[in-house]
Amino acid sequence: MSALLAVSPVLVPLLTAAACVALARRPRLQAGMSLAGAIAWLACALLLVRAVGGGEVLVTRFGDWPAPFAIEFRIDPAGALLIAASALLAVLALAVPARGGGTGMHSPLRHPLVHGLLAGVGGAYATGDLFNLYVWYEVMLISALGLIVLGGRAQHLEAGFKYLTLNLFGTILVLLAIAGLYGLTGQLNLAALVQALGERGDDPLARALLALLMVSLLIKAGGLPFFFWLPAAYPVLPPAMLALFSALATKVGVFALLRVSAGLPAELAETFLPWLGWLAVAGMVVGVLGAAYHYDTRRILAFHSVSQIGYMLLAVALGGTMGLAAALFFILHHMLVKSSLFLLGGMMARSGAGFDLRRSGGLLAARPMLAVLFALSAASLVGIPPLSGFWAKLLVVRESFALGQFAWGAAALAVGGLTLYSMVKIWIEAFWKPAPETTNEVAPGPPRALPAGAWLASATLAGLTLAVGLAPQPLIDYLQLAAGAMLAPGAELPR
Amino acid sequence: MIALTIAVAVAVTAAAGLYLALSRDLMRIVIGLLLIGSSANLFVFGVGGLGQALAPLVEPGLPAPDGPVADPLPQALVLTAIVIGFALACFAVALVLALQRRTGAADAGAMTRAEPPARADGEPGDLA
Repeated sequence: MSALLAVSPVLVPLLTAAACVALARRPRLQAGMSLAGAIAWLACALLLVRAVGGGEVLVTRFGDWPAPFAIEFRIDPAGALLIAASALLAVLALAVPARGGGTGMHSPLRHPLVHGLLAGVGGAYATGDLFNLYVWYEVMLISALGLIVLGGRAQHLEAGFKYLTLNLFGTILVLLAIAGLYGLTGQLNLAALVQALGERGDDPLARALLALLMVSLLIKAGGLPFFFWLPAAYPVLPPAMLALFSALATKVGVFALLRVSAGLPAELAETFLPWLGWLAVAGMVVGVLGAAYHYDTRRILAFHSVSQIGYMLLAVALGGTMGLAAALFFILHHMLVKSSLFLLGGMMARSGAGFDLRRSGGLLAARPMLAVLFALSAASLVGIPPLSGFWAKLLVVRESFALGQFAWGAAALAVGGLTLYSMVKIWIEAFWKPAPETTNEVAPGPPRALPAGAWLASATLAGLTLAVGLAPQPLIDYLQLAAGAMLAPGAELPR
Repeated sequence: MIALTIAVAVAVTAAAGLYLALSRDLMRIVIGLLLIGSSANLFVFGVGGLGQALAPLVEPGLPAPDGPVADPLPQALVLTAIVIGFALACFAVALVLALQRRTGAADAGAMTRAEPPARADGEPGDLA
């Protein structure tokens, strides 16, 4: 039973994808099946969280091979909670109904591809085997590509091509690094590999291959200087899929980096983590400057993702129980808030004049409820108490100062100010500014109704960021437990 | 000797692939990436150790053979990687053909529809 539960992060989405393919000619039934599959995935993930909530790690070795030879799924508390959060986002994104043409939302391929993406994400969070991780990255890559080009217009194809080239190069590097490390140590199991690397200490080849692995994971995570696929591809997606992508795609890369760096022996960590920290700070600054420049909601938010990934990587670079807990807290916070903002951006575009802020305005009077939800999510992204973003940033900044990394902490605070600037820009342009004069003579009728699913999804996410902000301690306790489990990987391995 | 041959082959294939991938023609980029992928596959094949060894098969009931035994894992890995690479290759070629049919362009530098460049006055461009 527990073995079945351990493979459910992959099994449920794959079965749902197959069912969605079978129902391709019955769109309503397919949408229902897809939503039911996502809910089942969420239920399994919650069961997993309950199973590992005490700090245990659920390890399943396929084919009953002994450790470290078996391909294993090791679901630790952090992975289980991240799968649950991904599943929640999938349910909410699928609850947003398909509207409007030319976005691929009506294609019968959309639901199978979404569940293919979910299977890749579930596998990447669950697996404890590096080659298996590479396979799940490829599953994610091909499904994500399908979703990007589904719109079928030239801009979708171009975005898909850029996503393909940079991510394909990244996965080739992942493969090279994994193969090299296998040749050196004879291990593919991540915990056993890290242990074997610790015994090699100063071997320059080991260091070079480890650096290659971290660089390739940085490409997957969208960290500086490899983030260019992210703002190129995200803005062409329809808002519901955009929310899903922002919650899933880069987080898997950050989590893999987290796992690799958590187990590193001290002398290797001292070599690599400062580099990661400075790259993270640079990514924070570059991302937020890109966001400050743009006027298209989708592009602003996509560049903000680059900046926020910088915060997560910074927390990874800080290391230790508190650093890892801060990174996990930031990942969860960002999944909730950024997806909510992308959904709200889509709703703003639908009720105003598209995504370009220069042409929109007057939404505060027209849609007060939308303004409340946006203000909550944007304030959380900036890091204003009592919202989840405040605690996420507090944990990162406090840990930076505690470890004597004053430049990193100061940069994190300064970037918060620039984040405030670009959120205020959206607020002023879309909500406060009077609606621009319409050039055509048609009087604006009553505003079009927004889909109930989109309201439900964004209100749930905004409510969650408020709830986490008001009572962060249970989550922080859980994540500290999870970080502790990550810091001692392979405790069960034969020495 | 065989190890050196494989090493040179990996390096030459990767260099050729990188050269093609850095050009601006879309099809050349794709072919370049596929070549880099092939060199990675060859590298995976090589990490298992090259040279004379016994097959890693032990009859039931018999003890393991003396002497070096081949590592069977890289072959399984490389087979997986080849299959995945093949699927991505098909997708990439189809994507480039669709792009060329749709836009008539084969220049990577002209792909600005998803990322419109700045307007003449320096303000950000419009995304459809």
